[in-house]
Amino acid sequence: MRIRKMSLCVEQIRHVCTLGAFESVLAIKRAVPIVHAGPGCVAKLWTTLGSQNGHQGSGYVGGHAIPCTNASEKEVVFGGTDRLRTVITNTFDVIDGDLFVVLTGCTSDIIGDDVGEITRKFQAQGKPIVYVETGGFKGSNLIGHELVLDAIIDQYLQPQQVEPGLVNIWSSVPYQNTFWSGDIEQLNILISSLGLKPNVIFGPDSSVDAVNNIPKAQFNLVISPWVGLRTAEHLEDKFGTPFLHYPALPIGPTETSNFLRTVGEFAGIDPSVVENVIRKQEDRYFYYLERAADTLLETRLLPRRFITVADSLYALGIAKFLTNDMGLIPEKQFITDDTPTNYQSDVAAEFAKFTNDIVAETTFSNDGGFIEEEIRRLKIRSRPLILGSSWERVVARDLNAYQLSVSAPIGNEMVLSKSYVGYNGALQLVEDIYSVVLNDFM
Amino acid sequence: MSINLDRSQVIIREKRLKSIVGYQGTIKDLAEQSQSGCLKNASRGFSQATNCNSGCAQGYLSSITDAAIVNHGPIGCAGDVAGANAGFQWGQRIRGWNQRNVRVINTNMSEKAVVFGGDKILKEGILKAYERFKPKAIFVTTSCASGIIGDDIESTIKSAEAEIGIPVVPVFCEGFRSQIWASGFDAAFHALLTRIVKPAEKKRPELVNVINFVGSGRALITEIFGRLGLVPQFGTQYSSIEEISRWSEAGATISICGTLGGYMGNGLEQNFGVPYVTALQPHGISGFDDWLTKLGETVGKEKEVEEYLAEQKILAAPELEEIKFKLKGKKVVVGMGPSFAHNYIRFLEDLGMEVVWGFSWHYDAKHDHGGCPSCTVELTKKDKDIPVSVSDQQNHEVINLLSKVKPDIFIGRHPGMSVWATKMGIPAIMVSDEYSAFGYQGTIEFGHRIIDALTNNNLALNLSKRINLPYTEWWLEQDPFEFLEQNNKRTESENKKNVAVR
Ligand code: SF4
Repeated sequence: MRIRKMSLCVEQIRHVCTLGAFESVLAIKRAVPIVHAGPGCVAKLWTTLGSQNGHQGSGYVGGHAIPCTNASEKEVVFGGTDRLRTVITNTFDVIDGDLFVVLTGCTSDIIGDDVGEITRKFQAQGKPIVYVETGGFKGSNLIGHELVLDAIIDQYLQPQQVEPGLVNIWSSVPYQNTFWSGDIEQLNILISSLGLKPNVIFGPDSSVDAVNNIPKAQFNLVISPWVGLRTAEHLEDKFGTPFLHYPALPIGPTETSNFLRTVGEFAGIDPSVVENVIRKQEDRYFYYLERAADTLLETRLLPRRFITVADSLYALGIAKFLTNDMGLIPEKQFITDDTPTNYQSDVAAEFAKFTNDIVAETTFSNDGGFIEEEIRRLKIRSRPLILGSSWERVVARDLNAYQLSVSAPIGNEMVLSKSYVGYNGALQLVEDIYSVVLNDFM
Repeated sequence: MSINLDRSQVIIREKRLKSIVGYQGTIKDLAEQSQSGCLKNASRGFSQATNCNSGCAQGYLSSITDAAIVNHGPIGCAGDVAGANAGFQWGQRIRGWNQRNVRVINTNMSEKAVVFGGDKILKEGILKAYERFKPKAIFVTTSCASGIIGDDIESTIKSAEAEIGIPVVPVFCEGFRSQIWASGFDAAFHALLTRIVKPAEKKRPELVNVINFVGSGRALITEIFGRLGLVPQFGTQYSSIEEISRWSEAGATISICGTLGGYMGNGLEQNFGVPYVTALQPHGISGFDDWLTKLGETVGKEKEVEEYLAEQKILAAPELEEIKFKLKGKKVVVGMGPSFAHNYIRFLEDLGMEVVWGFSWHYDAKHDHGGCPSCTVELTKKDKDIPVSVSDQQNHEVINLLSKVKPDIFIGRHPGMSVWATKMGIPAIMVSDEYSAFGYQGTIEFGHRIIDALTNNNLALNLSKRINLPYTEWWLEQDPFEFLEQNNKRTESENKKNVAVR
């Protein structure tokens, strides 16, 4: 196993800077970002996270509808607080929203605008508004996502009476993970099937009410190698809510059944209830898989080995499914989410926990150019399967590999409610992978 | 103002061309104010996300075939590269090339670099770009962060250049520097004019530089120019450094867009003696006629052009009549960059439609040749004065106005804009290809596109029934330009007249 420090330069970017977390705000229905940054930040970040990522559009108040100070030379020289105050004041009149989140960019953070002071004045008037410093140089938008949640926890949430059975789920990061909204829907279905009640913070069923209810949860459920842990820890500190950390995205029967048992046990649910759910779901899964088996085993040119280039969430979830359930062999797994160094060894350890003692070699790098070089160096006997982003389409063509886009940016597919999560998601993934294979020669 | 190639940094449009992003009035007033030199920018008390010049500079340069870009900034400033790559895939596809990715490296500026300076990581980025791509030139694009912390870009570049022996060229395009993203095109062309274009060794009078974007119209232009005895050279996207270095050899330069091509065209004229054709854009019949005629005048092919156009006129006449009949009196709102906007306004009026409002995302009071933009002047010659505004994709203004004037159709050009009209149930067309409505056949095709959009608007209608706009009722009751702090703001009654519910 190899752990590599982040390279300094980055080519073929797969995530953006801290400010990209304004997309997490957009993922909450009727929540409104107010961006205090240069004129181009929103459009640029939205390209990687939205338009070129499954073609996720502007939605309710995204894209050019986002209130923004468009900080110019004047603000850089004389400070941008007056401009920000004006924009916030008018936003309350113009935009119809329930929660407002001020996010800063490089210009404001470097010149040191006191955004907190301005926001607190609006908070004192009873406005539902928080602020967060997300200057691009602070790190990735995954870090930004956690910073936004920190801001909401610290500046907005109020203690609540705990509601038994209510669960907050912290998993796919909105817009960054192309399938996030479908994933959330699938995770909600899985959790509900155990008799628990998911508190839906992001996605089609979200609301600011759900945000208000975060402290009501019986527990927080982190389904992710590392993103979201900080949020759960923060909520434990502040409201005493316990949390369960499940490091892999459950895809396919092996992992999903294990996931349901783990959650069931943590929530104190009768094992017979859990086993019942699992049996029904597995029966359905294997009904379909049995039908696919002929082709999966008897078609020419089937991939035997796969390379994943994705955020740790998907790399791990997909690798576990393809290895433990589909009998493929993991080649190198490239983890591109700029995993903070203190989490890297824990994340890498998860890639050593496969059946048959298989260990997937991991490389941490957010530099697509480096990854491409590494892929070209690999000696693979069969036609490989590359699960990555649109960036990998070029190397896949050169190496005569099969390619399926599973991580940002995805410009070559439209993604609406699709998800690879759970039993049903695994069937979807099998459909997608083998359709690529079959399309290749038909 | 003449184009000064001794500077390393381009002068931004606000200073060079007196460009603005805030105005509301009419086309005649706009032209008059810019000609008398008293046009002023109006600021806004409320604003929404626009774009920055780094996007234009980086996007434009990234499709030069054998160059690389080092973007010096935090990783988000390269967030648009995925989009540039999507465009690049398309451009390669329509040329039948083997597709590869754009070559852009970002220096991934961290907190540490912001505090201690980013010169070292910039140098590393340049060396890495050289090692990875073996390019013929490297362009270094700057960001807000690198601009504010004051990295000594030029000396870093010089030292890197000495090591690797290819041109390493700064492209100053910090987002905060200019409110006009088209300043980024100038920054890109300035880099090419200062360091890539070489004085001509031999002149090729038959050669015509054609400044465009993706260049879908290449085959048609090659055919037309061929009849005139001319050879087009398209670019500078999808050209090599070597090809661009010889742009000085051409007999003339012409552009598909006045906003895009002005700096390069005038730079070539002023510094390398290649005349720049300042015509209307070739969209719609009158635009195309003017474009080709002025080219003919510049290179001495008047007669050939005249013949060609006469022939086209006869061929296209019946279909054009049919289109005009179907579109007569349809109300349209246009929202595009200034050259496209003012050219499409003319073109749509020529088709018999009624342009009830024209948004341009910015406006250049003059162009680099010194005069007011020809497409704007042309519009002032019409009897009818057209209400216009300059609104850098200010969504609240556009939506408010659309909700009041309720046009039959909205025609836009930039991503993330036409969709809002659709959400209101208004049919919309996005003109993403710069050669839409080009020449006679293009005009006919575009006419049919409008007719089709008007024929079945079910997607927009169904969406509008179920979708809520993010604007408060209060806002939709206000004047669309309520937040525009314009000194000579038109009186409320004049405003009402312009924005009258039709
Ligand atoms: S930080 Fe500046 S250069 Fe970077 S995207 Fe934002 S406005 Fe553009």
